[in-house]
Amino acid sequence: MNEVKRRKFIKSSLLTSVTTALGIPIVFGNLLPENVLPIGLNNSQNTLLGKSAEMIVLNDRPINAETPPHLLNDRLTPNDLFFVRNNGLPPSKVNVAEWTLTIEGESAKSKKTYSLSDLKSKFKEYSLEITLECGGNGRKEFNPPAKGNQWGTGAVGCAKWTGVRLSDVLQDVGVKNDAVYIGYYGADKHVSGDKSKDPISRGVPIEKALANESLIAWQMNGEDLPALNGYPLRLVIGGYPASCSGKWLERIVIRDQVHDGAKMGGQSYRVPCKTVAPGEKVRDEDMCIIEEMPVKSLITSPKTGATIKVGQQMPISGKAWTAAQQIRQVEYSVDFGMNWKVCSLGSSTNRFAWQQFDAELSFDKAGYYEVWARATDSNNKTQPIILPGWNPKGYLNNACHRIAVKVEA
Amino acid sequence: MKLCMQLFNARRGVVLFLLLFFFVVGMHSACKNDQSETGDMDLEQVDVSLDGVVNGIDTLTGLAYDESFEIVRANCITCHSAKLITQNRATREGWKGMLDWMRATQNLHDLGDNEEPILDYLAKHYAPENKGRRVNIEDVEWYVLESD
Repeated sequence: MNEVKRRKFIKSSLLTSVTTALGIPIVFGNLLPENVLPIGLNNSQNTLLGKSAEMIVLNDRPINAETPPHLLNDRLTPNDLFFVRNNGLPPSKVNVAEWTLTIEGESAKSKKTYSLSDLKSKFKEYSLEITLECGGNGRKEFNPPAKGNQWGTGAVGCAKWTGVRLSDVLQDVGVKNDAVYIGYYGADKHVSGDKSKDPISRGVPIEKALANESLIAWQMNGEDLPALNGYPLRLVIGGYPASCSGKWLERIVIRDQVHDGAKMGGQSYRVPCKTVAPGEKVRDEDMCIIEEMPVKSLITSPKTGATIKVGQQMPISGKAWTAAQQIRQVEYSVDFGMNWKVCSLGSSTNRFAWQQFDAELSFDKAGYYEVWARATDSNNKTQPIILPGWNPKGYLNNACHRIAVKVEA
Repeated sequence: MKLCMQLFNARRGVVLFLLLFFFVVGMHSACKNDQSETGDMDLEQVDVSLDGVVNGIDTLTGLAYDESFEIVRANCITCHSAKLITQNRATREGWKGMLDWMRATQNLHDLGDNEEPILDYLAKHYAPENKGRRVNIEDVEWYVLESD
């Protein structure tokens, strides 16, 4: 709250001088939401509303910020540390009392509109721990480089989401037999300010929409959704790219075809249907929509750069997740992959919750080491050590995570 | 000189600061009997906390301060963050592809004669490097991990 007030002050006291300071007028200045200042005015570290100052801000218009791996060590990711991937500008004002969700579409048996209190009173409430990961998490490492926000490892988090099952709401409206897909529309605005354009409108196959773990959620870790994570209502669809989990949710369409909203086509959230050599050009018609995300893990403790003594015990812990039923095993290596040892592995509360792994390490020779971790899921899929298949937009990098450790005599 | 004039128009305060700096450095070197090593203006040694140009980077935007900087600033970062430029790497053709995508989907205005200098600037300052199939673990901040 103090932060908001302070920012308002900065905005009102400085915005008049923006034109002269930058030498250019702020063309869409009137469209800036409350929590966004023009580039150059937000040099303060804590620039994101409701988010930790330790988040790594990749882009401030639209806002995109990731979490350093050592800050993902909590069993559930705290709201102020949960990554932000925005395609547009969040709504600047949210009136919860008047917020509605409309379900319609060519394969909907009726059209219905629900207020938030309708959703809360008409349907059974569920709380599930679900991992969300951006399809482009890890893009930074691809070579040749891939366009877009250069995510490192931190476009992932696991929170406890509270809401209703998407399937309960869809069934209340009625789903025709020819339904193929659902698509969402949110209240965020296109960065150009063009009201006729949606910043993003993606969706999932109807079978996935009807799965038990697909939620319409209004709470994250027992609190209202953070403003940048979709307040007051969003989809939460585990195991798929997080872009399927539409934020600031206002409308869902039940489609008799694959949804064709913004960022469903072209190169967005799509990978070559056939694998290609690094750097190869791929035509839009040869790209296929990403569905399930691959098995992956992160070492969340210690932070990379630990210096220890010979013989000192060094516990490591981390998180592993998959779109499959569950993680079956996590291993670590301290000799660049020659030997792998099995970590102890926790269970998941429900499908798509991440699982914690732990191990106790010590080194009997001084030197530079890297600790690598790789997870294997119940489909026996495991993480590659080098980059997986190159694709033009740099999606699905699940190469094993590595931290650097120095051991001194 | 043209660069100086632009700077002057854009940020009078910074220019004054730099002028003052030159003056102090100049006086310093004059007192040291013109020892060129101390008289050199070494920007890399200077920690300028004010907005300005440090090591060829415009500190306000993070963009490379070079020919066409003003064109890029005026055309590109009104719609999106400068960070979308500085964090990406591509060939001239790759940058052209991004402009085409922005024209097709993001309402990018007609760049006219500015397109060529914009592409030259992007290809020069934000060109790809060959990273291989996996880079070394970089930018490690070493710290002592205490045992429990």
